[in-house]
Amino acid sequence: MAMSLIGIVLGIAFFVITQAQTSGFEAFFIRTILGTNGAIKISDRFQDMDGTVSKVSKDGNFQFFFRSREEAQYTEGIRFPDEIRNALASYQDITGISEVLEGTAELAGSSRSFPVIFQGIRYHDHSQVSELNNQLIAGAIVDFAKDPMSILVGNRIAERLMLKIGDRIVMKGGTGTLQLRIAGVFETGVSQIDKKRIYIHLSTARQFKGERFAGSFFQLALDNPDKAPELAAQIQYHLGHRSVSWQEREKVWLDVFKALRISSAITVSSILLLSGLGIFNVFAIMVIEKTRDIAILRSMGFSRFDASAVFLWQGLIILFLGVLLGSFFGFLSTYFISEIPLRIRGIFSTDSFVVNWDVFHYLWAISLASVFVVIATWVPARRAGKIQPAKIIRETL
Amino acid sequence: MKHPPLLQAKNLKYSFNETGTSTHVLNDVSIELFPGEITSIVGPSGCGKSTLLYLLGLLDRPDSGEISLNEKDVLKCDDKKRTILRNHKLGFVFQFHFLIKELSVLDNVALPMRKAGKSKTASYEKARDVLGKLGLLDKSNRFPHKLSGGEQQRVAIARAIINSPSLILADEPTGNLDTENSKKVHSVLSKLAIEENISVLIVTHNLELAQSCDRVIKMRDGRIIE
Repeated sequence: MAMSLIGIVLGIAFFVITQAQTSGFEAFFIRTILGTNGAIKISDRFQDMDGTVSKVSKDGNFQFFFRSREEAQYTEGIRFPDEIRNALASYQDITGISEVLEGTAELAGSSRSFPVIFQGIRYHDHSQVSELNNQLIAGAIVDFAKDPMSILVGNRIAERLMLKIGDRIVMKGGTGTLQLRIAGVFETGVSQIDKKRIYIHLSTARQFKGERFAGSFFQLALDNPDKAPELAAQIQYHLGHRSVSWQEREKVWLDVFKALRISSAITVSSILLLSGLGIFNVFAIMVIEKTRDIAILRSMGFSRFDASAVFLWQGLIILFLGVLLGSFFGFLSTYFISEIPLRIRGIFSTDSFVVNWDVFHYLWAISLASVFVVIATWVPARRAGKIQPAKIIRETL
Repeated sequence: MKHPPLLQAKNLKYSFNETGTSTHVLNDVSIELFPGEITSIVGPSGCGKSTLLYLLGLLDRPDSGEISLNEKDVLKCDDKKRTILRNHKLGFVFQFHFLIKELSVLDNVALPMRKAGKSKTASYEKARDVLGKLGLLDKSNRFPHKLSGGEQQRVAIARAIINSPSLILADEPTGNLDTENSKKVHSVLSKLAIEENISVLIVTHNLELAQSCDRVIKMRDGRIIE
């Protein structure tokens, strides 16, 4: 029985630990991508709205559904940004709107050049839809804000071109060349961004690119990022521009995290299942061993429920101790794991294990343990309650 | 004037059904038990003595017939009511003591009273009192395996009478004891019947013990013959 209790304790603890880790990394990844690319991206204009989005009225509530976009026609960029901005301002869930002009260029340092993707932004707007402020690891954001010919570069670009704050750098491509001053170096942790992206002022980007609208998009921040798919569908329907939520944009990674989380939950649940089987075996044997005692107790006036209750109580005590100790060890272990140094760069940036403190991890672990223990206890307990005293006593004599 | 019967059974029939074959164990058995009377049932093995005892003790149900306790039909009672009746009105003594080995003598004896809802203090006080009457007070803290066979059986009797039952049903209570201990157990049961006005029904093979009872019922082939 002690082994079964240990199994329940470890099962709950491991469940909490693995869920804290997997969901921790997932939550951190989501924070990173929301802080980098925003919750919704509004880009190209549609030409055949009917083929892509449909609106259905259900009990007075409208719901929006996507169909295939494969046949949709797009016009690159946002042609009337001011009108779109005004329309977006009417959505209460949107907390930030940033107009961005994106394009490709080549950065030329003192000794080598490097291809980059530039994003022209208005700093004030963009700070409301990203964590750019917090992602800055060198330089000052105010220097960027006040100088239209300044530039923020990803840390991997800065490393490759050996750039320092205040250095002058030439951006080639588009309508010609621009000489820009390094105002800051940022690190998002997403390697594809850190080694490709630079930020310049929107006006400078327009001047550099020569095209006013091609490559332009809006990046939005939401009050509740979970509402992004629904809102993106509405925006796409109403404004006729392609709107992509962060969930759709990062579907691959989110699916990977989800699969990882479920997989670890299933794996760890097997510990609880095995412990449940252990408890079942112990109780089943105990019922067989105690059949005579149960029959005697029944002859003394103990009811069927009394006979079952002996086992149910033992099961509940095991469950209670398992939940208490398992949750405690899970909590403690999660804390110690969060202190373990671990440098990760690529999809996000962290220097230690990322954990997510969520009461639902405990509730899930407790629920699973409860289901296994209750079933493992209930079946033998029911059998104990069904013992026929006369038959058992007759067979014993 | 004779008291009305404490327990009355009429035309009890009982059969075992195993692998599709029905074996008749009891055929139209009727019996009456009176308070303060000690009755024995004798007969060859397999004649249905113990089965009758279990039916009268509400541990099993007959195929047909009537059983009334204190003039109340108890056959129609549900399992819950029968369980309560067993706790309050009946006491069982078996061939083997069937004490719970994990519990002390005192705990074993107090168990039915605790089940009846009495406090631990009251139950232990009564248990000590009963054990004292049976000469086992000094053994109350021992565990069953530390007692002799006769002592174990007397503890079983103490457990059977702690709730002051109206009827004690004893199935071969001396079957596992030597002559001296058999006499002691029988003496205890007789004394209880007289002093506590309890009805005692003893199933036994021991003819000497049976003859010393107030009434002897003989059974054969599932019927009462005398």
